[in-house]
Parts: sequence; C-alpha cells; structure tokens
Amino acid sequence: MKLPIFLDNHSTTPMDPRVLETMLPYFVEKFGNAASRNHAFGWAAEEAVENARKQIAKLIKADPKEIVFTSGATESDNLAIKGVLEMYKEKGDHIITSSTEHRAVLDTVKSLEGRGKATATYLSVDKFGTVNPEDVRNAITEKTILISVMLANNEIGTVNPVKEIGKIAKEKGILFHCDATQGVGKIPVDVQDMGIDLMSFSGHKMYGPKGVGALYVRKKNPRVRIVAQMDGGGHERGMRSGTLPVPLIVGFGKACELCEQEMTKDTARLIAMRDRLEASIMKALEESYLNGHPTNRLPGNLNISFAYVEGESLLMGMKDIALSSGSACTSATLEPSYVLRALGVGTELAHSSIRFGLGRFNTDDEIDYTIKKVIEIVTKLREMSPLYEMAKEGVDLKSVQWAAH
Amino acid sequence: MAYSDKVVDHFNNPRNMGSFKKDEEGVGTGMVGAPECGDVMKLQIKVQNDTIVDAKFKTFGCGSAIASSSLATEWLKGKTIEEAQKIKNTDIVQELNLPPVKIHCSVLAEDAIKAALADYQKKSDGVLTDAK
Repeated sequence: MKLPIFLDNHSTTPMDPRVLETMLPYFVEKFGNAASRNHAFGWAAEEAVENARKQIAKLIKADPKEIVFTSGATESDNLAIKGVLEMYKEKGDHIITSSTEHRAVLDTVKSLEGRGKATATYLSVDKFGTVNPEDVRNAITEKTILISVMLANNEIGTVNPVKEIGKIAKEKGILFHCDATQGVGKIPVDVQDMGIDLMSFSGHKMYGPKGVGALYVRKKNPRVRIVAQMDGGGHERGMRSGTLPVPLIVGFGKACELCEQEMTKDTARLIAMRDRLEASIMKALEESYLNGHPTNRLPGNLNISFAYVEGESLLMGMKDIALSSGSACTSATLEPSYVLRALGVGTELAHSSIRFGLGRFNTDDEIDYTIKKVIEIVTKLREMSPLYEMAKEGVDLKSVQWAAH
Repeated sequence: MAYSDKVVDHFNNPRNMGSFKKDEEGVGTGMVGAPECGDVMKLQIKVQNDTIVDAKFKTFGCGSAIASSSLATEWLKGKTIEEAQKIKNTDIVQELNLPPVKIHCSVLAEDAIKAALADYQKKSDGVLTDAK
C-alpha cells in the first residue's frame, strides 16, 4: 500500500490508465481540428469526437446529437441556466432550485437574481438532504421556466428523487435541468426515464480528464433551445463555440464507456468497502453521526460528524489520507458547510464533519488503514477537547453561555 | 494550506495537555470561544507566590488553535502574573508563523491567558476576603 491514500473522489478522480491510453494519439499524431472539414487531419479528429459523443450518450441513454461539449460541469450549469433563462424570458423568469445545490448552480442563479434577470425559489431539504418533489410542485408559479435540482449531492451523496421531479416538470410543461456531476458514471442515469431536459456532467469525476464536460440538451419532446453564452465559430450546433479539445473528449468518451461496463462491479466493491468503513468507525467511536441519507446515497460516499473535535484538526492528524471536511477552517468563506446546515446539522457538528469519498482505485488495505487512523486521531483529539471533557462530566453544552467571537 | 513546522510539532506533540481541578488552590481557569465558531480553548494556570508554576490546556479547534494554546502554556510556565499579562497574540503569530486566516487562533489564545489570569485573581481576592 502506498501513502498518501486518496479518499477524496468527490473532488476529482484519478484518471483511469486505460483512458490515458486512448487519449495519447490525439496530442501529437492526430492533432487535427474537428471543425476542419477538408482534410484527413480534421476528419480523424471529427471521427474521434463523434465516437466519444456516442459513448457518452449511451451511458445516459441519450442521442449523441444531444451532447454539447463544454469545459466542465460548472460551464454546463452556467450554460443551461443562463441559456434557458435568456431563451425563454418572454415566458417567465422564475427558477426553482434547492438549497444544497453545488455553488455552480446556486451562484449562477444568485447572480441572475442579483442582476434582476431572474427570480428564484430555493427549496429546503429534509434531514437526509432530499428534495421533496411535492415542494417542487408547490413552488411552481406562472412565471416558472426552469427547475434545477441535482442528482446526487457532492458532500453527503444523497440521491434526489429526480424521476418524480421530472414527471412534475413534464406535467407542468417546465424545463428540468439536473446537475448530475456526482451521479453520472456512478449510478444508472436515463434521461428519458428521469424526464431530464438538460443535464450537466464532467469527465474528471468519473476517471476521465479534467477540463472537459458536457451538457445534455434534449432534442425531442420538447426540443430544448438555449442561448449560447460563448460566441464564436458556432461549434456544437451553435450552443458552445470554441475548438473542441479532441484528446480530452476522447478520454471523456472512454471514461463513460468504462463506467458503463464496470458500474455493477464498481458499485458492489465500493458499497462493501464504504459500509465496512462506516460500520467500523461508528462501532468504535461513540457520538459519531452519519450525514446524508442512510441508504439512498452514492456508493462511494460517507460523511460523518465526530462530536467534540474540529474537522480541520482531524484532517491534519490524518495527513497521509486525502479527505475533506465541512469545517469552516477548510473553506474559503470561513463558514461551515451550507449543505450540512441545510440538513439541520448544528454548526458545531458541521465543523466536525469529514467526507470520505471512495473510488475505483481504493483498496481494502487502504480502508483498513483509514479505519485505524480515524479511530486513533478522533480519540486523541477528544482527549484534547474541553468539550468532550465537559460532556463526560455531565455538562450540557447547550446550556453553557459561550462567548461567541 | 501548508502548516509551519512549529504548528505541526505542537499539534503532534502538544505540551501540557490536560486539566487541573478547577477548585484546586492557586488554579485559574480561562475558557474562551464557542463550539459554533469551531474553536473553544480552556487554559489553566497554577500559581504559587505570584509565579505560574504550571499550566495546562485543552482545545477544540483547528491545528493552529491547538498549537497556539500549547505554545501559550509553554510560555506561561515560570512567568509572574505581571509578566504573563504581557503576552500578546502577535508574539504567538510570529513564533508559529501563522497565516492571516489563522490570526484569530492567536487572539483566542491571548484571550484565554487573560481569562485564566482574571479567574485566578478573582479567586485569590476571594480567598483574602475570606481570610479577613
């Protein structure tokens, strides 16, 4: 076993070596521009792009023509939301989204709101982080033109009832955008069955390269139109100009193909490892709380709050394991995780959270090592924690008058 | 974020971690911070003849908060009450090489020192009053 161990697969994933292999010829030998229609270099590039488009479409049960390449999920989210709003502004300006969306969705909506271009409803979630489809229905107004709800959450892994939301959207004739960045390649996605009209996802979250993503844009029932946010040569059927990064697209396609072929096997392995990690930690450490849905979540996700210890110090104590925390100290904003807060997790427990993100290349040995380390460091830091000491003495921490600073 | 070697050292080998009994003679206790803010420090001093003979801490917080309080206990030992009053958060920042986002950890440590000294003084004043 090699250290450090990478258990932060929600942030990014290592690229599968098989993906790299398919990409390599497209840097030096087959370097053509896929938009060059008049020579063999261009044809080779175009063929590779169209092949990748097929591989990607197949994974999500779409038509290849419905795949628009972007630089990643953030761009896809921006393009979907801004593109729809601009295209359908005569119909209305109201967006329904949820409070636990990724910042790429939330900040896009907020920015439109701030500029007076949209009004928005941010749905709250239940204690597991799930959006209630009935809340979506109840939030719909005459002005609603877009519903944007994520497939699976990046912090807690909770999977939303997307199919139910899609049904409501269809019923009301409102477009449904789904940020599926964490879900595609990990759990089965079927844009037809789920009633999704626009869907964002990204290569580097599924063992593909960074810098490439896609926006699925439905072509039939209904035909969705968006206003391009990048002007130029009119690539991607006018929806996203810019020379296609052929090697990245080839890698993205291969990554999708591998995910499709290996999903059943990967899922079974990940769930077994994740459940063992969870059970061993929970058994050894009292007052550890699972964040997110107990069953309905991504196979590789485990998010736990360890009462009385602070997240950043936990990470520091396990520096040979790459993890992330919802603690304020680890965020740029110095606020604890808004996702955990939206679940009703207390601020102090949000500070104490650790996200384990398991992926295709983790091994049982690594999980064993992690279990041992987590138990060691939590125990050590609790010994060091005045809160733990007080709790052990029977002091109710909620009754203490703290001097907030 | 990369931590300075000194922060890492204090974090891995905390000095004077532990507790005195709060009601023990000569012990002053300072508890500052709040769990919602992500850091709580408890700092205790044991005073004999106006000199701090021992100090202990317990901290809930990030590595820099732990290191700041650990360092504070090291510095407190052997100082008189008056000398201890002069410890400034900027001294801690300098010694531990804390980045700007972690300056509040040093402020908290200074607050904890002040709170422990105040508690000791309050208690010893109380003892004197009782003696009268």
